[in-house]
Amino acid sequence: MSAPVLEVADLRVRLETPRGPAHVVDGLDYAVGAGETVAIVGESGSGKSVSVLALLGLLPASATVTGTASFGGRDLLAMSEAELRGVRGNGIGMVFQDPMTSLNPVLSVGRQLTEGLLAHGVVTGRAAARARAADLLADVGLPDPRGALERYPHELSGGMRQRVVIAIALAGEPRLLVADEATTALDVTVQAQIVDLVTRLQAEHGTAVVWITHDLGVVAGIADRVLVMYGGRCVEDGGVDDVFDAPAHPYTRGLLGALPARVDAQRGPGRRAPDLVAIAGTPPPPTELPRGCVFWPRCPVRGDVRCETEQPPLVRVGGTDPRPHRAATFYGREIP
Amino acid sequence: MSAPARPAAPPVRVRPERGRWRATLRLLLSSPPSLFAVLVLLAVVVVALFDEQIAPTGFNEVDVSDRLQPPGAGHWFGTDDLGRDVLSRVVLGAKVSLQVGTVAVGFSLVVGVLAGLLAGFYGRWIDAVLMRLMDVLFAFPAILLAIAVIAVLGPGTTNAMIAIGITYTPVFARVTRAAVLGVREQVFVRASRSVGASDARLLLRHVLPNALPPIIVQTSVSLAFAVLAEAALSFVGLGTQPPAPSWGRMLSEGRGYIDLAWWIAVFPGLAIVVLVLAFNLLGDGLRDVLDPQQRSALEAARHRPGRRRRAEVRR
Repeated sequence: MSAPVLEVADLRVRLETPRGPAHVVDGLDYAVGAGETVAIVGESGSGKSVSVLALLGLLPASATVTGTASFGGRDLLAMSEAELRGVRGNGIGMVFQDPMTSLNPVLSVGRQLTEGLLAHGVVTGRAAARARAADLLADVGLPDPRGALERYPHELSGGMRQRVVIAIALAGEPRLLVADEATTALDVTVQAQIVDLVTRLQAEHGTAVVWITHDLGVVAGIADRVLVMYGGRCVEDGGVDDVFDAPAHPYTRGLLGALPARVDAQRGPGRRAPDLVAIAGTPPPPTELPRGCVFWPRCPVRGDVRCETEQPPLVRVGGTDPRPHRAATFYGREIP
Repeated sequence: MSAPARPAAPPVRVRPERGRWRATLRLLLSSPPSLFAVLVLLAVVVVALFDEQIAPTGFNEVDVSDRLQPPGAGHWFGTDDLGRDVLSRVVLGAKVSLQVGTVAVGFSLVVGVLAGLLAGFYGRWIDAVLMRLMDVLFAFPAILLAIAVIAVLGPGTTNAMIAIGITYTPVFARVTRAAVLGVREQVFVRASRSVGASDARLLLRHVLPNALPPIIVQTSVSLAFAVLAEAALSFVGLGTQPPAPSWGRMLSEGRGYIDLAWWIAVFPGLAIVVLVLAFNLLGDGLRDVLDPQQRSALEAARHRPGRRRRAEVRR
């Protein structure tokens, strides 16, 4: 693996709330290589969105962010607002969840696309910016890109809007694209188109992608590596095949057990279809994380006396050396 | 050369933005009260622009032999105690009312919207300082504050504009701040920041245009209040100074003759009522068409008869 595009170490985000400090992200490490896709999965409130918004300084000022995030040799978390503005859109592009709300309803598509182009000096002059904007729209597969420049967001369908959002994110030719639940608000066929689109663009431009989702189906389709988050911590990471084939953490198993397609696939001749398993309970509030393993209160295994009192470290449970498969349990593989 | 010259298709440029505003205007004018308000305001503006051509006499042509004449052929609105033509003075007073109203509201609009934008967008201490300042201004009854400002600056038309402008600034600041607080949290603001937009750009291109509808409505309503405030200040002698015509001043001068010559006070009073009513009706109408929920209800109501007709044809 070449030098990673992004290397995050010990990222912690703390928010002050009326009920005390909330450790929304609690010590996260990961790296994204050039052209690689890393999926961050987890339930709502597991801190996955916050962990990427923190990198670009897009959290409210009341949030305290510590750790390092090395991007192109520089630490994003140590940058001033002005320096960050240079990275936003230019080095890192972002796609947000809901294309209904991530476009400004009163500006035409063309205006919103040229905004980033002109702001970063990618092109100079209105005409050049419009030409480039039309190219970008063509690139994301929008029919009639020239006409689309004049359209307003409400005149486009959800899928087309998300294509526009992706075009905006790619306008500055970023080395890293962050897709925050980019397909969640879309219907299934459109989801597939958007996933295909990002995969194609990634292949063409060599962009690294961080794909935040709770949809394991999407993860299986596009990710090289997967990072499972729970309660602000990474509970398991590794190559997507390693994690899917041999999930080590009870939480990951729970997630995979709640996936209908996978349950189906396990049904062989003479085998009873396993039930779709839900994980009992709800995630802990970030103001009251348990002392030991974050998953302990909901864990069906609790296979070690230390589970309740000690945080299990992320230890290697498989994979090959440059890309280890790690899980934060005390008992790893031993559990059948 | 050999190919027949194909006529170049004229470039079709769809301007949805203009279309949208035009649709809003059409919807606004489809409601009778709003249409009435717009017509009245247009008429007042025309009268104010061409006041000297329209007014039969000058504003201060005294003719004591012709004093206290009731409305009639010679003087449609009668004459006052100095024999001045009331119609002429009402016509000439329109300019003062509109001028004071628009300049004062323009001042409140610029200062208040700026304060509200900064307070709402940045929050924290900027918000606290600006909005507490506005609260202080807001704590005084409007007309009392205006009188206090006049007491400092001295009476006169210009100072009345400043006084009224200061008085209505906090209203704009609050309306803008509230709207900005809603828009600020929209994903597109964060999305735009994520492609590297500067704060100034975020404020002017993304936040302000989306916070505009309540500000537009407030402008119309404030114009009504400003016209009233100017009349009130002139009524107590702190606004426009004699002999310049002002509706409020005419009311107060005509008050003493109300038994003898009702027309001196009633016509300027009616003028105030009509202008204030027009601004208020316009504000109401604008609120209906600019609020998305109200608007869809309006549009649905407008389309319903057509739909019913079509349904009958099908049967």
